[in-house]
Amino acid sequence: MASEKIRKVVEMSGISFGVRVGKQGNRKSWSLSRLGTRFWSWFWFILGALYFLLPLYATANFSLRMERDVIGFKAYIRAFEDPEFLKTFLYSNVLALLTIVASIILIVPTAYWIRLRLPEARRIVEFITLLPFVVPAIILVFGLIRIYSSPIKIPFTDTTLFQPLTTFEVGTDILIVAGYMVLGLPYMYRSVDTGMRTVDVRTLTEAAQSLGASWFTIIVRVILPNIRAALLSGALLTFAIVVGEVTLASFLGVPAFGPYLFLLGQHRAYEPAALSFASFLLTWVAMGLIQLFTGGQGQAAGAH
Amino acid sequence: MAQTALNPKGVSPSADWKKWLGVTPFFLFAILFLILPSLRLFIGSFTTEDGQFSLVNIIQLFEEKAILDAYWLSIRISAATALGGGLFGFLLAYSVTVGGLPKPLRSALITFSGVASNFAGVPLAFAFIATLGRTGFITTLIKNLFGVNLYQQTDFDLYSFAGLSLTYMYFQFPLMVLIMAPALDGLKREWREAAENLGASNFQYWMRVAFPVLLPSILGTMILLFGNAFGAYATAYALTGGRLGIITIQIGAQIRGDVHHNPGLGYAMAMGMVVVMTISLIGYSWLQKRSERWLR
Repeated sequence: MASEKIRKVVEMSGISFGVRVGKQGNRKSWSLSRLGTRFWSWFWFILGALYFLLPLYATANFSLRMERDVIGFKAYIRAFEDPEFLKTFLYSNVLALLTIVASIILIVPTAYWIRLRLPEARRIVEFITLLPFVVPAIILVFGLIRIYSSPIKIPFTDTTLFQPLTTFEVGTDILIVAGYMVLGLPYMYRSVDTGMRTVDVRTLTEAAQSLGASWFTIIVRVILPNIRAALLSGALLTFAIVVGEVTLASFLGVPAFGPYLFLLGQHRAYEPAALSFASFLLTWVAMGLIQLFTGGQGQAAGAH
Repeated sequence: MAQTALNPKGVSPSADWKKWLGVTPFFLFAILFLILPSLRLFIGSFTTEDGQFSLVNIIQLFEEKAILDAYWLSIRISAATALGGGLFGFLLAYSVTVGGLPKPLRSALITFSGVASNFAGVPLAFAFIATLGRTGFITTLIKNLFGVNLYQQTDFDLYSFAGLSLTYMYFQFPLMVLIMAPALDGLKREWREAAENLGASNFQYWMRVAFPVLLPSILGTMILLFGNAFGAYATAYALTGGRLGIITIQIGAQIRGDVHHNPGLGYAMAMGMVVVMTISLIGYSWLQKRSERWLR
């Protein structure tokens, strides 16, 4: 115990690790190499910081120079005043919200049921949640268009169940929300599953059942509040994927923010820079909130 | 129902299939919007236009030079950014974990990495145009400081291999940081002490102890980065406007209009991508399992 304490004190003073045996010369080389390590650490860190910050600085700087020789927010005002911006941005936010709600409704009961009753389904469900990594957005939308641009028939008959989803607005909206749910599936499922690991689902369920709660009540009033941090992190990650998404939105032809920004970039210079910087800030807010609610377990998504 | 939950062993075998009802919505969703679309492409790549089974599309895939070039370009860009991003990300993760930098820098880097790895697509492309485009910030800076015009006096072009790779790196190395920082934390202090006490130098410790332990996780994450870049479409499209013919852009063109005059070939191109992604995911999970042996 005492030696443990001494080691801790020595370590806190930041001298060196090798206080026990070690030859004299050897110890010297270690602390020397630690000095070198610190130099290189700073070097790489500063390089990384520059890589992070320079493009942001350049974008912000550029976006503020719409008027010659004046630093001002004109590009931002112009960009935000465009009614088309407001429309597409709102639309993308609604899509994100729908995707999040639908994902929660689909995934929470599934993950709950697997944890409680059906552990044998875990492998196959986890496998499915990994599939979106194998099927990139461009391939997914390709397949979705090919399947849902023709009428949906009951197999082996000529009875039409649905008109092609891509031919009417609500149909396309359903399709794109489903597509976004697929893109967000790995992150949402993992978030929810990790969240459930930390609460004792079985005991909570038994307690709720003995008080006469229905399945619906258990999930909505017992399970959901207990995994709200995980839900929030999954939701924000999904939000970050959906709001600026381009691939699905442009191929399905919906009036979303991503395609709008892309088109704006074709014939304007300053407004797109302003919106790019603004969407960076938005991503920042979403990720910052995740950090805040999950205590630093950053996650990474992939809708590139 | 309530009682079966309290006493799970009391469930009779006949109720076994009922348990699966609980996950039906999930499977239904997956089949409708993930499996069926993929299956459609899979079947499409093995059939002719009139629905006959054939390998023609697959064979044509390997005969069409433009398509092979597109795959090759995608693979090279993905490999370059996976290696570069992996190496740089590792060094960054190293510097904030075992490198002895102050604690606040670590949380700053992790937070920033979380943001940057999610900052992609059109805004990222625009940010790099503002930075390294013809009139970009750094382009101008270099011209003013050193009198070198990047676009006239060097081969550099943002809308090319190097430019796209630099842009991809922006979301690649943060992902490496996010995965490697916890892995580096997993290096046990005892290993270092043991190595030291046996007279190993710092270099020996890294080459013979730390690095071999970390290697599966480093390689695995690099494979993840590879897939990450390989499937990217929006960033490349926004940056180059479709001029740089990577495979995702070729497939995009094929979806917009049948540029190869053979829809089956489009399916085969898509399947080719899925195959590459599958191989990389399998490689990743295999290496992940290996790395869990030492790092938890």
